[in-house]
Amino acid sequence: MFNARDKCAIAGVGFTDYSRDSGRPVRSLASEACLKAIQDAGLSVEDVDGFVSYNFNDSVPAIAVATELGVPAAGFAVDFLAGGNAANLIVLNAIAAIEAGLAKTVVCYRAMNGRSGFRLGGGREMAAHGITQFTAPFGWITYPQAMAMWCRRHMIEYGTSAEQLGGIAVTLRENAVLNERAMQRAPLTLDDYMNSRMIVDPFRLLDICLESDGACAVVVTSAERARDMKQKPVYVSGGAYGGGPQQGEDLFDAIRWPDHAHNYSKYIAADLWASAGIGPEDVDIAQIYDCFTYSIVMQLEGFGFCKEGEGGAFTEGRRIARDGALPVNTHGGLLSEAYIHGFNHVIEAVEQLRGQSGPRQVEGAEVALTTAGAMTCGSAMVLHN
Amino acid sequence: MGYNKPLPYPNSETKPFWDACRDGILRIQRCSDCGTNRFPPTGVCPACQSDRSEWIEASGRGRVFSWIVVRHPVPKDVYADKVPYVVAIIALDEGVRMVSNLVDIDVDSVQADMPVTVRFDKVTDELTLPVFVPADGADRGS
Repeated sequence: MFNARDKCAIAGVGFTDYSRDSGRPVRSLASEACLKAIQDAGLSVEDVDGFVSYNFNDSVPAIAVATELGVPAAGFAVDFLAGGNAANLIVLNAIAAIEAGLAKTVVCYRAMNGRSGFRLGGGREMAAHGITQFTAPFGWITYPQAMAMWCRRHMIEYGTSAEQLGGIAVTLRENAVLNERAMQRAPLTLDDYMNSRMIVDPFRLLDICLESDGACAVVVTSAERARDMKQKPVYVSGGAYGGGPQQGEDLFDAIRWPDHAHNYSKYIAADLWASAGIGPEDVDIAQIYDCFTYSIVMQLEGFGFCKEGEGGAFTEGRRIARDGALPVNTHGGLLSEAYIHGFNHVIEAVEQLRGQSGPRQVEGAEVALTTAGAMTCGSAMVLHN
Repeated sequence: MGYNKPLPYPNSETKPFWDACRDGILRIQRCSDCGTNRFPPTGVCPACQSDRSEWIEASGRGRVFSWIVVRHPVPKDVYADKVPYVVAIIALDEGVRMVSNLVDIDVDSVQADMPVTVRFDKVTDELTLPVFVPADGADRGS
């Protein structure tokens, strides 16, 4: 279990514009976000000795960013070959490195031309090697198709409805309307959702996240050092990474997973809360990985905000709205702000806890949950100011 | 016109499965030590870690565990002529799951747990795909 409660903090954040076509190499996006995060912390490149990122062969390695920025000694430069499940893991990895003495101040980032370059949602190769030979030949190819299969199980077991999923999309859009960096800011109604095109039943277009070009970065350092830096530290009090049995041979494959109505979150929740020393009832805001509307349903249950099977009902009655009991994805999420593979959730949590979220600020937010991943493995953190 | 959809590339572990499909036989692995059935094919039994296994003939019967109806084709040029189509996870009677297509059915009438049976569709000289159809007596919809 994560045993570094409050020993490290996020001391800086940086991000680029989010767009459909950046017109720039991914390395340039990564470097811009990382440099902004370093400067936000009041540091210079000489103060940084680590870079950690994750990618799907669609980004640039940590050493490329360190090289472009002229970092004199990037000792801990590490890349995870991973999906959104790693969006919190890289911060936990930076903390592990700092605690072990492998680095002092680490920049974590995700950078991608996810719309103009390699599109994660676009499908897989026609040559079905490995585990893919048992999925792709049947036209089961894209992540929306994969997750729709999970969602159906929840509908079968618990009666989760299209109206509940639509309510999530509508609520998150309300937040994006207030967010100047969100890619989708036009108000949305439940009718808009119900009338949006059925892509892969049970998912409509508006169940599916955006595709984005952009980059996000944060600076992680010891709490002691963070207290002397420019910004108010945001402490990492808890964290967990993992999943359950039979996770499959890649992120897509979940043929042997026990039950697709439940994801990784139910398997790591106990460790997450124990490591932070709090429970879900203590959380003020939650930035929950929302590659699809349905991903939020499973995680609300898995992390214990409601009972198993009640995730759909939990989202009703504006409970997850900005003025509700548990504001979720206060930036609009991957569904309406941007898809920086889940790392933009960490940015939003930090800004909220610093009180820097402008018109969408949740007053008095002190404790935030961030989560990453939707399927068989994932990561999560508890942050506080 | 050639077959333009994704083709499986069998390896030493999976070739017996695809070879059997060409002969109209649905095969799964069984651990030679503890008897646990498994699919997709692997080298080691996840129940007892034995590396000894054999191929058995499955009944070809199962039930719909979950399903989707693909309406938006991806890649567009490959699946435009196929939508709407059903992809299902089938829970075989032998206790393993398999991904396949559910065919010969109205795409809007699929039900959870409906009984299905395998059918073999030859798509190229080399490849025969195991697809599933509603079992005799099951409601085939309109």
